[in-house]
Amino acid sequence: MNITNHEQLIIIGNGMVGHHLVEQLVENGALERYQVTVFGEERHRAYDRVHLSEYFSGRDADSLALCEADYYDVSGVELRSAETVTQIDRTTHEVVTDQGRYPYDRIVLATGSYPFVPPIPGNDREGCLVYRTLDDLDAIRAAAETATNGVVVGGGLLGLEAANALRGLNLDTAVVEFASRLMPMQVDSEGGELLREKIEALGVQVLTERATQRIEDGEASRHRMVFQDDKVLETDLIVFSAGIRPRDQLARDCGLEIGERGGIVVDNQCHTSDPSILAIGEVALWNQSIFGLVAPGYQMAKTALSTLTGGDTHFSGADMSTKLKLLGVDVGSIGDAHGNQNPGARMFRYLDPIKQEYRKLVVSSDGKKLLGAMLVGNNGVYDTLLQYYANGIELPAEPASLILPQSSVTPALGPDALPETAMICSCHNVTKGDICATIESGAVDLAGVKIATKASTGCGGCTALLKSMVDHELEARGVEVDKSICEHFAHTRQGLYDIVRVEGIKTFTDLIGKHGNPDTHRLGCDICKPAVASILASCFNEPITDAAHIPLQDTNDTFMANMQKNGTYSVVPRIAGGEITPDKLIVLGEVAKKYSLYSKVTGGQRIDLFGARLEDLPDIWSELIAAGFETGHAYGKSLRTVKSCVGSTWCRYGVQDSVGMAIWLENRYKGLRAPHKIKFGVSGCTRECAEAQSKDIGIIATENGWNLYVCGNGGMRPRHAELFATDLNDEQLYRIIDRFLMFYVRTADRLQRTSVWRENLEGGLDYLKEVILEDSLDINDELERQMQTVVDTYQCEWADAISDPEKLKRFRSFVNDDRPDPSIIMTSERGQPRPAQSTSH
Amino acid sequence: MTATALKNEMDTIGSQHTMVWQNVCNKADLVAFSGVSAWLETAEGPAQVAIFYLPSQHSKGLNSELFALDHFDPFSNANVIARGIVGDLKGSAVVASPIYKQHFRLEDGQCLEDENVKLRTWKIEFKGEEVWIEG
Ligand code: SRM
Ligand SMILES: Cc1cc2nc3c(=O)[nH]c(=O)nc-3n(C[C@H](O)[C@H](O)[C@H](O)COP(=O)(O)OP(=O)(O)OC[C@H]3O[C@@H](n4cnc5c(N)ncnc54)[C@H](O)[C@@H]3O)c2cc1C
Ligand code: SF4
Ligand code: FES
Repeated sequence: MNITNHEQLIIIGNGMVGHHLVEQLVENGALERYQVTVFGEERHRAYDRVHLSEYFSGRDADSLALCEADYYDVSGVELRSAETVTQIDRTTHEVVTDQGRYPYDRIVLATGSYPFVPPIPGNDREGCLVYRTLDDLDAIRAAAETATNGVVVGGGLLGLEAANALRGLNLDTAVVEFASRLMPMQVDSEGGELLREKIEALGVQVLTERATQRIEDGEASRHRMVFQDDKVLETDLIVFSAGIRPRDQLARDCGLEIGERGGIVVDNQCHTSDPSILAIGEVALWNQSIFGLVAPGYQMAKTALSTLTGGDTHFSGADMSTKLKLLGVDVGSIGDAHGNQNPGARMFRYLDPIKQEYRKLVVSSDGKKLLGAMLVGNNGVYDTLLQYYANGIELPAEPASLILPQSSVTPALGPDALPETAMICSCHNVTKGDICATIESGAVDLAGVKIATKASTGCGGCTALLKSMVDHELEARGVEVDKSICEHFAHTRQGLYDIVRVEGIKTFTDLIGKHGNPDTHRLGCDICKPAVASILASCFNEPITDAAHIPLQDTNDTFMANMQKNGTYSVVPRIAGGEITPDKLIVLGEVAKKYSLYSKVTGGQRIDLFGARLEDLPDIWSELIAAGFETGHAYGKSLRTVKSCVGSTWCRYGVQDSVGMAIWLENRYKGLRAPHKIKFGVSGCTRECAEAQSKDIGIIATENGWNLYVCGNGGMRPRHAELFATDLNDEQLYRIIDRFLMFYVRTADRLQRTSVWRENLEGGLDYLKEVILEDSLDINDELERQMQTVVDTYQCEWADAISDPEKLKRFRSFVNDDRPDPSIIMTSERGQPRPAQSTSH
Repeated sequence: MTATALKNEMDTIGSQHTMVWQNVCNKADLVAFSGVSAWLETAEGPAQVAIFYLPSQHSKGLNSELFALDHFDPFSNANVIARGIVGDLKGSAVVASPIYKQHFRLEDGQCLEDENVKLRTWKIEFKGEEVWIEG
């Protein structure tokens, strides 16, 4: 291949859309024809701006990046980050940057937009910031360190997202909006009022109809904002979020056609007024419209690919419907949500002032078609409505049934009812027809469809719909979606759980005898055996070391200790809530010394003693149990720790006794066996020193009781827990946790943490709330009873084992020799033992 | 002595040493459907052996109800095989290493995930209540 024969293609802007174009070029072989150079003004390679706010909740630049660090190198595209294009010279066909001049044959402008800062005197003072790039967020974070309060100017979508960020940085936060309500573009005055109530309830001050006149020195804070009526507001930090403007300066300077209110004019093929220059994404103005969302930008990128390679894809506009969660509040807007673009349209409204939900339908005058919809407080019906709207499906005889509360029957629009052209994933332009085609050509599961179509790999908004569509289509083709746990059972974990419970089966042998696959041996394997052991324990709670259960357990459960890399074990006694007496600390020290154990404080607020030899475990535990310790289940798929902060007993901010609650909860749920391990955290106030929001169950004290969060996760894929119920008293709290945990135990897959379970749960958090809080399945009594049985039958497995000589026989390194395994060799590091390289045989 | 010379000498010792049946433990020491470990005298010196006991009534299709393999796990370099979960995969009885979960066939020690790895196996049988291995 001769490089010099390539046409020079320059892409200006390495944002979301510019990057998407690169991917399209690479995947479609366009690099055979073009040598591509990309200029990005930002120092980071393209990242996920849509999820920018997650930068404040734990993600870093690398995890937000849209590709691996070496993607451009490997693909053969030159990426010049931190290099700004300053001019396009159309006479010499050169692009000029601060570092050089580059010849071009074609250009694609993907320069996006910039945040509009209203021309208010003082808007350039230190601490007046915007919210668009990673660098902006770094600046906000830095400024917040010395600030106690902050103001966001602009109460639109991005403004509220910025307000949430400030709140997360522990600033007293206010939103100042020029219009008479929040999100004036998406909601009407009733919706806006509800939104305001909800957002104020979160402690964010909302000021509407305020036009800022100037910003000057403050008295109590750094700045003072002066409004039209001379009212003032003092603040340390200001974030402007008053809309975005296309970055069309380069195009203006070189004489391309620009819209009246900005934006580079493009045609259906994304050509600008100069056919060698294209524009895509937020900078492009198509049919008088700028599209401030990523999905239409991606469609433009596809169009540009086609234009550059001689295809005939056209851009034909895009739907601006959106579904969001802002400060934990659902807001959805579909089509003509205000009903002001369709004369004669009829509106249906539903307002629930107690649950704080508002829904509105805009329907054609004959009542047959959905023209638009608006949702505040609950997006549950969004997907269904969007399908009615986008596919022109005829509405039911009583359209209002679609927005009435769930208890009255609102059949969700099933995959069946959708036409072939129904758009399932708008980010990647995947229709129902595309999905069916992939299945016809051999995709056999969700993963396969995702790989083939890229559906649901963009904003993720279509995940639930895609899954039900794929399942439905597979089933319709008679493909049995194989959910068997392993070759021994043609059942899922949930199926096995139900069989065990309904038939009262108490051993693995019985279960595989009655329900196992007859074509295999009757032994089971390392997949089904521990899973069944866990199910049996959840249901009957017999000691896991009983003879019938022993062969099912992983070595950790068999020996009730965690195997380390050299074949020794760790010992983790329970230290409920992290509270421990000096006497017990001394015992731990003495035992560790006596048996030469390495000691470490764990991330779960307890003490782990490592390097115990198999044959020493019973003696170690006898001494620990005599001192009042019990097993910590560090080896089991079961409750681990309930982490606590010191709480109201000592802390000047604590509003409840978080330690007391943590200990009580840890004692209630210890020993509960589950599909995976379970962790709790209890914090004494909103400062959240116990990191409860990263736990499966998180509890944060309020003035009035406890707020409950569920389905958080640390680990490999951190996930923030979601608020589930507020201001609970002690009894309400544990009742809800009882039901929640038992429902999880019943329905989760093997080795599925609550976070993953929740993400796969159809109906999501709303469904979970219906089941647990409203008892929609009428199972709460049963769940509570089951939990009570587990609580009542708790016994310390180690206490049980050391009192049973038969069980103790297992704790021998060799059945014909009492000596330890000579190949376990320790050396010393920082004054403690650690494994030396183990020798062979 | 060079390494080769050492090896030659060991070969000679090995060839002089005939395989002998040894009583390693009793049936009561075994754990049904699971493993225990024991020391065995072999031609190459003492070896740690993992012994698995699959009572016959549930193990249709298997030739034996006792199996003896290396206790040493070549993937983790630790002596742990007897502590793995026993099961069957695609028709063969196997044990899964408790550390990194590779499967080894009980009958011949073959690792299912890596055809180049095979554990040693020994003949094993009951003599009345006693367990005997030929090493
Ligand atoms: C000892 C400890 C590290 C330490 O020195 O602090 C530890 C050690 C192990 N962790 Fe952990 N984890 C420990 C706290 C944590 C924490 C922090 C926490 O609990 O607050 C996390 C993140 C929080 C979370 O789970 O959401 C954590 C996330 C994991 C994960 C990833 C789980 C996930 O959902 O992504 C694994 C792997 C797994 O479970 O599949 C894991 C697995 C393990 C295993 C069992 C790995 C293994 O199979 O050998 C380690 C053996 C423990 C042992 O031998 O005793 N450990 N591990 C901590 C014991 C806490 C305790 O007192 O029980
Ligand atoms: C906080 C936030 C939340 C959002 N949430 C959503 C959402 O939920 N859903 C949704 O659909 N959309 C959302 N958006 C909008 C979405 O991010 C944009 O629509 C999308 O990023 C537009 O892509 P783009 O490539 O056109 O522009 P950008 O991503 O802005 O990329 C343009 C790039 O070009 C660079 N550039 C500009 N001029 C030059 C030059 N002269 N030389 C070199 N480089 C230059 C810029 O530095 C920038 O990196 C959100 C945006 C923000 C800020
Ligand atoms: S969370 Fe609150 S009560 Fe608990 S230690 Fe932190 S500041 Fe104190
Ligand atoms: S709609 Fe965004 S990923 Fe499918």
